[in-house]
Amino acid sequence: MLTIDALGPGTPARLARIGGNGGFRRRLLEMGFLPGTAVRVVRRVDIGGLIEVELRGCRISLRNSEAHRIVVEPVTP
Amino acid sequence: MTLASPPPATVPAVRRIALAGNPNAGKTTLFNRLTGRRAKVANYPGVTVEIESGTWEVAELGRVDLVDVPGSYSLSAHSAEERVAIEAIAGLPPSPLPDAVVVVADATELARHLYLVLQIRELDLPTVVALTMVDRLEALGRSLDLDGMALALGVPVVPVVASQGRGIAELGAALRRVIDAGAPARRAEIVVEPQTVRADVEAVAVHVPEAWHRGDRGRARALARWALLSADEPAVTSGLPRALVDAAERHRHAAQAADRDLDAEIVGARYDWIDRHIDRLVRNPPGQEPRTWTDRLDAVFLHPFVGFAVFVAVMTVVFQSLFVGADPFIGWIEDGVAALSGAASDLLPAGLFRDFVVDALIEGVGSVLVFLPQILLMFLFLGILEDSGYMARVVFLMDRVMKAVGLHGRAFVPMMTGFACAVPAILATRTMERRRDRVLTMMVVPLMTCSARLPVYGLMIAALYPIGSEQPFAQGLLMAAMYLFSIAIALAAAAVLGRTVLKGRHAPLILQMPPYRRPQLGSVWRMMSTRAGIFLREAGTVILVCTIGLWILLAFPRTAPDAAAFAAQRAAVGADAGPEQLVAIDAEEQGSQIRHSFAGRLGRGIEPAIAPLGFDWQIGVGLIGAFAAREVFVSTMAVVYGLGDAADETSRPLRDRIRSELRPDGRRVFTPLTCLSLMVFFALACQCMSTLAAVRREAGGWAWPAFLFGYMSVLAWLASFAVYQGGHLLGFE
Repeated sequence: MLTIDALGPGTPARLARIGGNGGFRRRLLEMGFLPGTAVRVVRRVDIGGLIEVELRGCRISLRNSEAHRIVVEPVTP
Repeated sequence: MTLASPPPATVPAVRRIALAGNPNAGKTTLFNRLTGRRAKVANYPGVTVEIESGTWEVAELGRVDLVDVPGSYSLSAHSAEERVAIEAIAGLPPSPLPDAVVVVADATELARHLYLVLQIRELDLPTVVALTMVDRLEALGRSLDLDGMALALGVPVVPVVASQGRGIAELGAALRRVIDAGAPARRAEIVVEPQTVRADVEAVAVHVPEAWHRGDRGRARALARWALLSADEPAVTSGLPRALVDAAERHRHAAQAADRDLDAEIVGARYDWIDRHIDRLVRNPPGQEPRTWTDRLDAVFLHPFVGFAVFVAVMTVVFQSLFVGADPFIGWIEDGVAALSGAASDLLPAGLFRDFVVDALIEGVGSVLVFLPQILLMFLFLGILEDSGYMARVVFLMDRVMKAVGLHGRAFVPMMTGFACAVPAILATRTMERRRDRVLTMMVVPLMTCSARLPVYGLMIAALYPIGSEQPFAQGLLMAAMYLFSIAIALAAAAVLGRTVLKGRHAPLILQMPPYRRPQLGSVWRMMSTRAGIFLREAGTVILVCTIGLWILLAFPRTAPDAAAFAAQRAAVGADAGPEQLVAIDAEEQGSQIRHSFAGRLGRGIEPAIAPLGFDWQIGVGLIGAFAAREVFVSTMAVVYGLGDAADETSRPLRDRIRSELRPDGRRVFTPLTCLSLMVFFALACQCMSTLAAVRREAGGWAWPAFLFGYMSVLAWLASFAVYQGGHLLGFE
């Protein structure tokens, strides 16, 4: 099972499952993190502990620990 | 005889238009453009969420009241701010139903912004979409099918470039059309939900109160969806009708039991609509082409090493400007106030009234105005940081550090500003969305070593070393230690308060990274003037009243019991007295007066409480005086010692007196331990009425400033006690 925090920058992928619960999960859904959505990691700054992802033309940063709840599947181009 | 008749009852009330949109959608720029400079800020009843409103002149419609709803990504509420947003847009009591809604959407991030448009669309209100950043979209080589979008959404879509005034007239015309039509051209529900969700929504809609949906079935269903998406957020559902919350919870549980994902079903239906339309609405849709400038800048600004170097450089510029750059302006204000005092002294006859005007009124106004340079500079930098998009990068870089002590990444700028002055720092907390984050930052910012503490430290450090045996290195080291001490205590206090008094749920970070943009200096200036105006009006009055109160404490009773003795002294030195002699006698009499004043008595009254810290009652008077501003401690001590009120921490007579002052039993007052204990006390105590006034304004009410004063005083007392008594036990003096 591949989570988004383990995805290499630039690798195209699709969201498979949004974990987490309550408000956090709902906020992700409302920002367009829905299963099937195309996503890629723009950059990771390991000393800051965050990753920046792009989906639906928007850039959003998440903490690695929280991104760990988002399951993706790689897309073979 | 009255000729004027009351205005006819048929005059229509001013129309109320809600301006909604995602954060960063360009909503504020549009609001400023539409309302010019006529905005007023009001606190939303019950919560400290501000709502700005202004008057917009619309051709053939007249004046409308434009309400700037707090920016939110969706209508489902996760915080007090978002609850205010839904109440203002949907017109939930006590908010009146708006006559129309203008939704601001960013054309370059259309997919996500359409989500809010669809949600608002469901409320079945006259709605217009104002599309911003169309010029940027075109610069990216993409184009929009505006007619197609209006047709698909069933509401007018107007492209606007607020900074240049393009599209404003068209927006007004569209608004007039939808208000005349009374409702969207098509029925509310363009999004098709799965049957299962539809059944849940219908069942919950029955429990939406009549006062909310006002007979509109579509709106009832929209509010039912809102309730379904918010039902497990206790902070949000408090105060909602019980039946509605119960019904929503029942249906959520039922869906969960059936292994359904209700959240994803409701949200997914809207994104299905967006996915089906977006490729036709935006030609050459987003995804592949790089956001050139933002990408190039982020490669530098978010670089693990270079990015931090840039960050340190940017923050140094901001801090230096606040710390040093504000100085000349503060000097001008102080000179102006001094000139005014001088003029008033010359004009008014000597007596109580003159003293009141000069020492209380003008002094009080001066102590409010003196904050203006730093506040204006603070908001200038905040505006530039926010508008340019760099603030999101600050959060990105500082998140790990700030999260470790439970603070929001955005708290970094206020904390840093606290080294200059807590007042602008407290005003700067408003860049944080969550109230808990704002209040927690306000509770720890006053612990940072602000510049007003430096004169006190300077005097104490000087007193530690006799003249001639100064050790600049050791003195500098001690000053540096005070800075480190304050940072350590502030971070520790944040960690403790954030886990106890201000215990918040774990707040995940979902940080939108906006593209870099050139700041709009017009809206930055407008924010600066609005915030400064609010400070002057609301915190300023409190500071003025406190100054007058302190003046009464220090200046009454007006004459010292030994006034006759001083008069005799003046007579004795007679006509051949030099001016220095008379000034010295005046200073002695002033000292006698303050020692016998209410503050003097209060100082004696609190002596038992501060004696264990190594302070005598005269230091107690200084502490009372320091409440006006910490540096006033120095001049108050000078007055108490009969040295006049012109002394500062570098003046020789005051330093000598501090070194030589003896207690009644012959021991020195300012022993090294007392000096150290006093410095620790000043580092920790909230000896600053302006800070408390600013917290009252920003946190709403007196509860938080009272807590701040209480916890810092207790902390200061305990720490000073430990230093003084512990030092004694270890054999120090």
